[in-house]
Amino acid sequence: MGYYMGEYDVAVVGAGHAGVEAAMAAARLGAKTVLFTLTLDAVANLPCNPSIGGTAKGHLVREIDALGGVMGIAADRCTIQSRMLNKGKGPAVHSLRAQVDRSRYHLCIKEMLEKQEKLDLRQAEVVDVKVEDGQVVGIVTHLGAEYKVKACIISTGTYLGGTIHVGEVSYACGPDGVKAAEGLGGNLRKLGIEIRRFKTGTPCRVHRRSIDFSRLEEQPGDREAVPFSFTAEGSPRNDAVCYIAYTNEDTHQVIHDNIHRSPIYSGRIQAIGPRYCPSIEDKIMRFADRSRHQLFVEPMGLDTDEMYLQGLSSSLPEDVQLAFLKTIEGFENLEIMRSAYAIEYDCCNPLDLRPTLEFKKICGLYGAGQFNGTSGYEEAAAQGLVAGINAARAVQQKEPLVLGRSSSYIGTLIDDLCTKGCSDPYRMMTSRSEFRLILRQDNADQRLTPIGYQMGLISKERYELLREKEALIQKERERAEQTNMAPSPALNELLVSRETVPLSTGCKLADLIRRPQLGYDDLAAFDAGRPDLPKEVREQVEIQIKYEGYIKKQQREIEESRRLEVKRLPAGVDYQQIAGLRLEAREKLQRVQPENIGQASRISGVNPADITTLLIWLEVQEKEKRDD
Amino acid sequence: MFKTVAAIATPAAVGGVSVIRISGEGAIPAAERVFRASSGRPLSGMKGYTAAYGQIYSGGQLLDDGIVTIFRAPKSYTGEDVAEISCHGGLLVTKKVLRAVLESGASLAEPGEFTRRAFLNGKMTLTQAEAVAELIGAGSEQGLRAARSAMNGALYQRISGITGRLLKVSSHLAAYIDYPEEDVEAVTSESLLMECEGCLDELSALLAAFDRGKVIREGVETVIVGRPNVGKSTLMNLLSGCQKSIVTDIPGTTRDVVEELVNLGDVTLRLADTAGIRQTENPVEQLGVSMALERLETAGVILAVFDLSEPMRKEDEQLIGRLEGLPVIVVLNKNDLPLKFDITYVREKFPHCVKISAAENQGVEALNKEIVSLLSLADLSSASAILQNERQRDCAFRAKELLKEVCDTVQAGYTLDAVDAALESALSALMELSGERVSDAVIDEVFSHFCVGK
Repeated sequence: MGYYMGEYDVAVVGAGHAGVEAAMAAARLGAKTVLFTLTLDAVANLPCNPSIGGTAKGHLVREIDALGGVMGIAADRCTIQSRMLNKGKGPAVHSLRAQVDRSRYHLCIKEMLEKQEKLDLRQAEVVDVKVEDGQVVGIVTHLGAEYKVKACIISTGTYLGGTIHVGEVSYACGPDGVKAAEGLGGNLRKLGIEIRRFKTGTPCRVHRRSIDFSRLEEQPGDREAVPFSFTAEGSPRNDAVCYIAYTNEDTHQVIHDNIHRSPIYSGRIQAIGPRYCPSIEDKIMRFADRSRHQLFVEPMGLDTDEMYLQGLSSSLPEDVQLAFLKTIEGFENLEIMRSAYAIEYDCCNPLDLRPTLEFKKICGLYGAGQFNGTSGYEEAAAQGLVAGINAARAVQQKEPLVLGRSSSYIGTLIDDLCTKGCSDPYRMMTSRSEFRLILRQDNADQRLTPIGYQMGLISKERYELLREKEALIQKERERAEQTNMAPSPALNELLVSRETVPLSTGCKLADLIRRPQLGYDDLAAFDAGRPDLPKEVREQVEIQIKYEGYIKKQQREIEESRRLEVKRLPAGVDYQQIAGLRLEAREKLQRVQPENIGQASRISGVNPADITTLLIWLEVQEKEKRDD
Repeated sequence: MFKTVAAIATPAAVGGVSVIRISGEGAIPAAERVFRASSGRPLSGMKGYTAAYGQIYSGGQLLDDGIVTIFRAPKSYTGEDVAEISCHGGLLVTKKVLRAVLESGASLAEPGEFTRRAFLNGKMTLTQAEAVAELIGAGSEQGLRAARSAMNGALYQRISGITGRLLKVSSHLAAYIDYPEEDVEAVTSESLLMECEGCLDELSALLAAFDRGKVIREGVETVIVGRPNVGKSTLMNLLSGCQKSIVTDIPGTTRDVVEELVNLGDVTLRLADTAGIRQTENPVEQLGVSMALERLETAGVILAVFDLSEPMRKEDEQLIGRLEGLPVIVVLNKNDLPLKFDITYVREKFPHCVKISAAENQGVEALNKEIVSLLSLADLSSASAILQNERQRDCAFRAKELLKEVCDTVQAGYTLDAVDAALESALSALMELSGERVSDAVIDEVFSHFCVGK
């Protein structure tokens, strides 16, 4: 019954945020690419919160943009409110978050996909992946269509084997009424891939007219809206307003009284949910001493009255949802438009992946996004981009791209997945990076655009612009180190007003910038020779000078860690046979099959002595090779 | 290149002369900071293969006089710059000199680290290398056992109390940074400074108490095991010189673990007599037996007692099975009675065997020697149980220095991101002891103590 429908270099299964970046990157790198989606009407859907970015996630979006991905550009075009979070806590943790128009975001990305050369967008359900001699050779759709492909990226999100739970009711379905993908999970299992069940959830969408906003706190956007993309010209739209509301003891009582009707507490859901995304019933049961919980009311878009209730994810029955919502001040007459639900889905064990996101056991098969055990649009997009680049490069027989932990949050995310695995859906957090003073959102272009250029996703023009910017930063830093500042009554008045010591003798401009109480711009009036520089250059000069000591310390740590990263371990090593390794280390190393000594050293249960043993073993192997 | 490391290079617990070896780029400067040559010439000016006589100091206080020998890279054992400080033997002085060196910029060497460096710097042949790998493997097991044992000690308990306190500060900061929009109490520089200074005070007090020898449960954890009534308690009493355990002819008399500190020359044993290991229905005795088995996991020395006057029993064989691969000295008791036990069998399995008669007070000297020889694995000294407390002190000392930097960062008015990074370094120094990763521990703490997440 099968019939042949075409031949591609790369097939991408699922057009969520991972699939979109993967397909765009592969096609732009010259691979003939096909992107499958269950429905064209849900491409790049935002099935949960209508926002992009946030702490650590904002960093990911900037990094995706710096490498040549699309998420940042699309988010800027669809932003309706922009906020830079953590402003007072230091540049390393500044995090951009944008409320976006959900429908427009979908349309914007769909248009990008449609216009992309070498990329075909197809509505079809992929039900099988054909593998011969350990190499992907084709895929099959539910209608029986067969495609010959050289690589396949699985980015099925929560659709693969999706089961929705609302109270006592459960049914096979993906988010927003789109059907679940049924056949593929079983066939992946047949290929020897470990498939696990994870769980996540989302809150209600409610009608704007049913909320009494006069009783909620308003939360407008920042005065000045900042774009995600380094290529953006002008500021994004920024006129939407969000609101803050609170649960109360009555809300908690309703939930308490009905907790036995929750599928999680009754034991009907066995899958593992995310720790960082607890449902309201989880919050109330686990933190019983809290008398209220905060929630945010966010518009789903400009052309709709649907509002999203951030903080109230739930899998309680619909009647209980309505009952507890109505206890909240301002929600007395609330109308639910879409109910909250929990969803279980199939995902792989990322320990089976290389840092290229290719499966160790199957050449040409890649995983990205929630399928790899993560959560979040941004985490998904980041992996999609890397998987797409690597699938295209593999087809073109080029060296793969592996981003190290010290290069980016993207590298940290993928290294964590492939080295430590995850037992619940993985969310990016700033505390996951040991190099976070260097991996800032403001310098993502300096860190990654050269790599994007080298890959072929960044134009020469954009790369040259970056080089110019870096030259300006460097020149101005040197000038600041050499420029003398003489003590003057006016300058000392400023210093005293900022509660820092006045000058008695002259000092360098850079020394004043180093003082935490002073900024680069503050000193303009006392710095006659100052050139006229763009804001992003001034900002870099200030950060690089002010945090120089801390940045240098982390740079030394990065260099230290690199010595281990360059020592590559061959593929397919039988660690059980290496003398001197402890039993636990043998088993862990056998499971992870690390790429290099650095990755091996990050596996829990592998200690420094095991690493020494490995280094010696490696050296012996190399000596033997040389002697042959 | 590699960081600079130091360790006691002569077998611990042996008298005469002790050598502290420092290797790495900073080896000679580190030696310089603790040593003043009588000639007044600086060590940094000395050529390789030369030595200087002088005084060894710790923070201005004279520790000992000694000789420093300088080796210049690549002509040294490790292939790096090496300074070797020879001082008068004696564990106490040697440990003090090592500590002074660690405070001067060197870190404590990992087990087998000098040999590993020698290998990686091309100072060793292929055949030697394989032996080294085996040696390090063995040292690593031994080191892990010693570290686990030391975790029961009072010093570690106090360090882990401070670690927990710092982890709370760090996770609060992480929650405040990663969840800026949620109900997480703001972290102020005042509260940060107060907590960090509190931890700093605790660490300082701890280090001071350590130097006065007050907090350490001194000694190598030593367990006496054997089936009931082979003479374990008699041996314990013999070693400790007083009647501690109840000695009777009724099997199963010792039901819990009795502890005693015993000095054997430079080595102190923390001696535990355990209940005889056998199948039993008596619940009190069962508890004693399971405690005895747990002790085997962490002990630095295990004295396995067998009765020479009786043939080997099933219980003896089971015990032998359990003990394989552990740091065991086989004590063949009741040497004064006619021999009925299969000695060859145990000799094949365990290199350290000694015959005694606890009742007749015979063979104690030989037992002392075996214990010292078991504990004295040359070049693995930092893995040995005797030095575990030094490792803990080294971590606590570094944490203290790093915590000072955290306080400086806060006081200078730097933003929380810089404070957070400095705090993570301090925490890492303490968590080296348990081998946990700071970021994992912080994230676990965030989700168990803060109600955050959309």
